[in-house]
Amino acid sequence: MLENKEYKVIGTRPIRHDGVDKVTGRAVYGADFQAAGLLHGRVLRSPHAHARIISIDTSRAEALPGVKGVVTTKDLPDAGDKVADLGEGAVNLKHLCDNILASDKVLYKGHAVAAVAATNPHIAEEACTLIDVGYEVLPPVLEVRQAMEPDAPLLHEHLRTTSLGETAEEPSNVASHIQHKLGDPEKGFAEADVIIEREFVTGTVHQGYIEPHNATAHYNQDGQLTIWCSTQGAFTVREQVAEILQYPISKIKVVPMEIGGGFGGKISVYIKPVAALLAKKTGKPVKVLMNRADVFEGTGPTPASFIRVKMGATNDGKITAAEAYLAFEAGAYPGSPVGPGAMCIFAPYNIENVIIDGYDVVVNKPKTAPYRAPGAPNAAFGSETVVDEIAEKLGIDPLEIRLLNAAKEGDRRADGPVHPRIGCIETVEAAKAHPHYTAPNGKKHHGRGVASGYWFNIGLESSVTINVNSDGTINLIEGSTDIGGTRASIAMQAAEVLGIPAESVNPSVVDTDSVGYTAVTGGSRTTYATGYAAYEAAQDVKAQMIARAAKLWEVDAANVQFADGEFSSINGKEEQISFRDLCARLGETGGPIVGSGTVNPGGAGGAYATHVVDVVVDEETGKVDILRYTAVQDAGKAIHPSYVEGQIQGGAVQGIGWALNEEYIYNAEGEMTNASFLDYRMPTCLDLPMIDAIIVEVPNPGHPYGVRGVGEVPIVPPMAAIANAIYDAIGVRMTELPMSPDRLLKAMGKI
Amino acid sequence: MARRSHVQTTLNGETVEFLCEPRQSLLEVLRDELHLTGAKEGCNNGNCGACSVILDGRLVNSCLVLGVETEGKSVETIEGVADPDKLHPIQDAFLENAALQCGICTPGFIMSAKALLDENPNPTEHEVRYWLAGNLCRCTGYDKIVRAVLDAAAAE
Repeated sequence: MLENKEYKVIGTRPIRHDGVDKVTGRAVYGADFQAAGLLHGRVLRSPHAHARIISIDTSRAEALPGVKGVVTTKDLPDAGDKVADLGEGAVNLKHLCDNILASDKVLYKGHAVAAVAATNPHIAEEACTLIDVGYEVLPPVLEVRQAMEPDAPLLHEHLRTTSLGETAEEPSNVASHIQHKLGDPEKGFAEADVIIEREFVTGTVHQGYIEPHNATAHYNQDGQLTIWCSTQGAFTVREQVAEILQYPISKIKVVPMEIGGGFGGKISVYIKPVAALLAKKTGKPVKVLMNRADVFEGTGPTPASFIRVKMGATNDGKITAAEAYLAFEAGAYPGSPVGPGAMCIFAPYNIENVIIDGYDVVVNKPKTAPYRAPGAPNAAFGSETVVDEIAEKLGIDPLEIRLLNAAKEGDRRADGPVHPRIGCIETVEAAKAHPHYTAPNGKKHHGRGVASGYWFNIGLESSVTINVNSDGTINLIEGSTDIGGTRASIAMQAAEVLGIPAESVNPSVVDTDSVGYTAVTGGSRTTYATGYAAYEAAQDVKAQMIARAAKLWEVDAANVQFADGEFSSINGKEEQISFRDLCARLGETGGPIVGSGTVNPGGAGGAYATHVVDVVVDEETGKVDILRYTAVQDAGKAIHPSYVEGQIQGGAVQGIGWALNEEYIYNAEGEMTNASFLDYRMPTCLDLPMIDAIIVEVPNPGHPYGVRGVGEVPIVPPMAAIANAIYDAIGVRMTELPMSPDRLLKAMGKI
Repeated sequence: MARRSHVQTTLNGETVEFLCEPRQSLLEVLRDELHLTGAKEGCNNGNCGACSVILDGRLVNSCLVLGVETEGKSVETIEGVADPDKLHPIQDAFLENAALQCGICTPGFIMSAKALLDENPNPTEHEVRYWLAGNLCRCTGYDKIVRAVLDAAAAE
């Protein structure tokens, strides 16, 4: 079993390999990239939320001294109605292209319309003001329920609802309707003694990474296109750019620079194809940078949603049925994360009778993009609040009701899959046993809340190559961009196999020409899948080293064993050589050793989290302060516990921001009125206490060291946990996010 | 293009001269003219602190200072914090505490922390949080950053 395994490197806390570069300012991020003859690009964006483009005249911009090229949708190849599969499911290519540079319509304020390359960024910006675009302004649709009305203005005249495999005849803003059903919900509700049904509304929120999007592109005379950029996945950039530009992937090299946060928001491309178009037009390298308003208005946030949850339970706390209606805003083009939301919503529970309906709906807002456990936080805000209310009605402790109904190995999720070994029960038990949960909590306007969350995690493809150095170290070549310390967590898995310290591994994240295909840093997959590939590559090195030792000693490889960094012979001869000493003898025993590992593992193993939070509500102002926060999570096996804690703490705090402050605020014309870090209020360190991260380890049988993805699930519980704490404090159920002071004051009847 | 002005300033203890347009911010000058890219642009309007530098002993957002304003002044940036052969205690504490994930905000936090400890070598947790509230980090939830600064204060 994995449970009692002792490790030498795994579970320790070495200094990350890229750490010194990052604390001294030397690490090179996308915007830091320089090239001789570099031009600077700037994108012109739509001032309207919904309009038909009548004309685009770029002649005045082109005449401005310093301007070297202007591009519009006409510079993109004709997309037709092709459907492209970009590793995230099928995507309509016209939608993809239109989101890069609008063709017939603009569908949100901030939608890219044209772009300029000039000798400096100020000239490029000035030139954008000289592009004349004729618009026929149309009424915007800004909210999911409004967009679903039969008489709502249509974003796409061709869009028809696909519902359970059938396509409707009339156009609609509803792109699709999905349904999952388990058991007999009607019967389940009939068996219930208590039924709670509530409606919830959540706002549009942004990932809020501190580094804006950036891209520098250059075409060589032989047609080779190179793109230097910040991205969560160099290979997905290559695929998307190839599809959008209709250019062979073999002629595109993507160089991932250091990346300043992503959280899902740096998977879709926006300005990368634009930089390429400008580079082609000018024959020079072109760097395009977004500013912060561009990031808010022109890149994918995570959707606002309308959710209805109904759950029923017997008097002894058994949940007998659950029903959910999830309507998610996709933004301008179809593709909201309502699917994952529907997969996760009741996953912490074993419920026999479930029905879940999900709707993907277009509105005049930026096309949504993944954000940390996409869809699951919206859904859990609804379900975890309703579970809390059921527990209250039945007089059962809220963690106890979770234990009574907890999902476990062998139980079926409502959308089909059967759970493998999971740590749902263990996380709830750890929360219940934590001193935070048993600490006194009775002061006026103080409250405590709990909530659980689930994220399924993904595997996907990863490749790792290991080159063995003569001094006993290894160079580990990988394709996973490092957003949160994964050079360390991947290197440590190779080090464990080879019995060497983490410091003896030199990890490099390289371009798409230099490593095998590797999927995005996302889906909580990097330490799991790329770590798995590193394990396989290290096993390959180990096997080759054993063969070299056998050759040295003239024995059969089967008679060589490797333990604690030493090769030794068994069966007769008494020979021994350290990993380090054998590394120095590779030349004489046959030449260099290169190990490789490629994986596409299926056993990602789902992750569970349970959070406990104490709040105080200011009765005068409606402001909620977080007094204490404890986040418990099953990591399977924490490779580098500090960075696992970091993921838990960071996810919890993003959730706190989502719960209390963050939302896109729109006016009636569909303009976001708070597109800055001053007005889109993310938590600062003054808003927070320490975040106590508790790691539970229920090893994942789908990974050699038991790793489960850890990055996403910590953002799932906070909104409901805080809503439940607010209820405990002031006796009001909050059903709308964010739970900002004005909403609190309204809920308390003060305004 | 506007006429470029000649500016002489002290940068990380060395005298430097540069030409810049009057509209260029100190952040642009550092990054585009002097090729010191440790200060980052996160918002360009003084809300994220990723471009924090110390100007004549005072913590500033370099995106809110014009390059020409640094004439005759002294500027400290992240590139000047470490000694050639060893890191500053704040940098060591950030590494030991795993107080960075993506690292884009890290130079700004280190400059803010340095300005704090230069002024108040023994801050309380609340003082650290108050002082660093002008720096946004989206990855860490700040827990390990605050611990790192407290550790650095204890080590100095």
